[in-house]
Amino acid sequence: MNWLDTVIQGTLLGGLYALFAMGLAVIYGVMKQINIAHGDFIVLAAYVALGIVAATGLHPFLVIPLAIVVFGAFGYFLQRTVLNRTLGSDILPPLVVTYGLSIVIENVLQQTQSGDPKSLKLGSLETASLPLGGGLAIGAFPLIMLVTAIVVAIVLEIVFNRTRLGMAFRAVSDDREIASIMGVRDRRLFGYATAISFAVIAIAGVFMGIKFTFSPSLGPNFLLYAFEAVVIGGMGSFWGTLAGGIILGIAQAVGFALNPGWGILAGHLVFLAVLLVRPTGIFARSA
Amino acid sequence: MSVATPVRVERYATGGRALLVIAIVVVLGLISGPFWLSSEAMRLVVEFVCLLAMAQMWNLLVGYGGLVSIGQQAYIGIGGYALFVLANQLGINPFLSVPLAGLVAALFALPTSRVLFGLSGGYFAVATWVVAEVYRLLVANISALGSGAGVSLTAMLAFEKGTRESITFWLAVALLLATTGGVYALLRSRLGLALTALRDSDVAAESQGVDVARIKLLVYVIAAFGTGCAGALYFLNALRISPDAAFGMDWIPLLFFTVIIGGIGTIEGPILGTLLYFTLRQLFADYGTWYLIALGLLAIVIMIRFPRGIYGELATRFGWRFFPVQRILRDP
Repeated sequence: MNWLDTVIQGTLLGGLYALFAMGLAVIYGVMKQINIAHGDFIVLAAYVALGIVAATGLHPFLVIPLAIVVFGAFGYFLQRTVLNRTLGSDILPPLVVTYGLSIVIENVLQQTQSGDPKSLKLGSLETASLPLGGGLAIGAFPLIMLVTAIVVAIVLEIVFNRTRLGMAFRAVSDDREIASIMGVRDRRLFGYATAISFAVIAIAGVFMGIKFTFSPSLGPNFLLYAFEAVVIGGMGSFWGTLAGGIILGIAQAVGFALNPGWGILAGHLVFLAVLLVRPTGIFARSA
Repeated sequence: MSVATPVRVERYATGGRALLVIAIVVVLGLISGPFWLSSEAMRLVVEFVCLLAMAQMWNLLVGYGGLVSIGQQAYIGIGGYALFVLANQLGINPFLSVPLAGLVAALFALPTSRVLFGLSGGYFAVATWVVAEVYRLLVANISALGSGAGVSLTAMLAFEKGTRESITFWLAVALLLATTGGVYALLRSRLGLALTALRDSDVAAESQGVDVARIKLLVYVIAAFGTGCAGALYFLNALRISPDAAFGMDWIPLLFFTVIIGGIGTIEGPILGTLLYFTLRQLFADYGTWYLIALGLLAIVIMIRFPRGIYGELATRFGWRFFPVQRILRDP
């Protein structure tokens, strides 16, 4: 068994988990809420992309810009019409409402798309790879996936740290009341945050659809991976989330190499170990 | 505590005494159940009681303890598997194994709480789910527990069908009394007063001398015990267990819907919610996905429009209190 290869594959898979996680981190960072339907929205995005590919014949990568716009608008609308009604100090309403959404999405997909596994096809790019020497090779697609995750992290870092919008996000996150007294229109701002989250979900959905064969029931697993990556990395920066995704990817790849039944379990155990040793996450800005 | 003006403390409101009569009739009716109910009806009642017990425990945890867990299926599964290990492999009487399985679940809750209790709010919620998944995957990897395929409760072969069904049924009546009655007794006790204070505001409760951390741990362990017993009885009734059935995600909507649609933070809510859930399931489960879509939408609408649930709305409108757990202060 080649451990270096396992770690490389895990790192690349971690890029996908980081894409899963960054959308969740945006919403948690701004609203302090967890969207239980996050994974189901990733699965939904993959189905939407599949539908667009089938209708237009476009390459899956070219569908991404369209998917970002559609999902971003959808996220904004969802936050303004439904999720803004769950704001407040009680943590139960957002959890229950997003859990309800999760059930609805999964079963609507089950009803309209059947349970058969689907996947997005890349054509020749799917098998292309870069030789590293020593018998190692990196798949072109997994590499694109990791690079995309890095680009998304850079863009989110810029939005949150260098723009007026980001300043408002951080203000609301620190103290919603004071921020609204200072003129921040929080409800609209939450709409923007969810729009950004859903734009990342759209990207994550397309990459997930290429990487995995997917079916409607996968959503909850993806939510857990996203959540674990966010917690392992620690709140505070999207670089932490990226690192969290990669650690989770490596943990799963190593577990899977040891025994096919241990892959997901190994990821969960690394997550619990981080919780025990450093509950604020490995890369948290303030412990 | 001294009170400046004398007030009369009342514990009964509309419906309080009615409950006593209803409860006695229901319990007597149920105890004699094996003599007049069909096997099919008895199985349904046992299943109903198990779900109600799980709902009451989730309500205690979430509605009173403020510990929003979406991972109580961990204790349903541990209770279930503990029963199979105790009865099949250690040869302990399967009926006696049900409460023992609850104790095993409570034992598992102690170390688990150490991992989870550092987290708050949404983090705690999703982490409980990860823990349940860890237990599911661990069990699925242990061949002595039947791996992913599961095991049958062979220990039950020693009992004749009639005996088996009757004792399972009486265990269910005991579970009903222990959970619903237990939560009632708990809430009327000193601890219950602390819990109610905790439900309304944990900061205020702490400032009044309530040891919030200790009480939360106690509630977590009690809920694990009750949920573990309910899980054990459920799989005693089912006679077969598998990791997906025991630790699966299907338990979550069940707890969410019964407690939230019924009315969280009340004893009556979960009863009403479980009755409603059972009725809807018997009527509409054939519609499969549409039924689940409707249930999901119903939970969203109730949470946003009627966060106190159906019972909560009715109780406020008509002043009902079937379980007198509150203290009403009146002018003398």
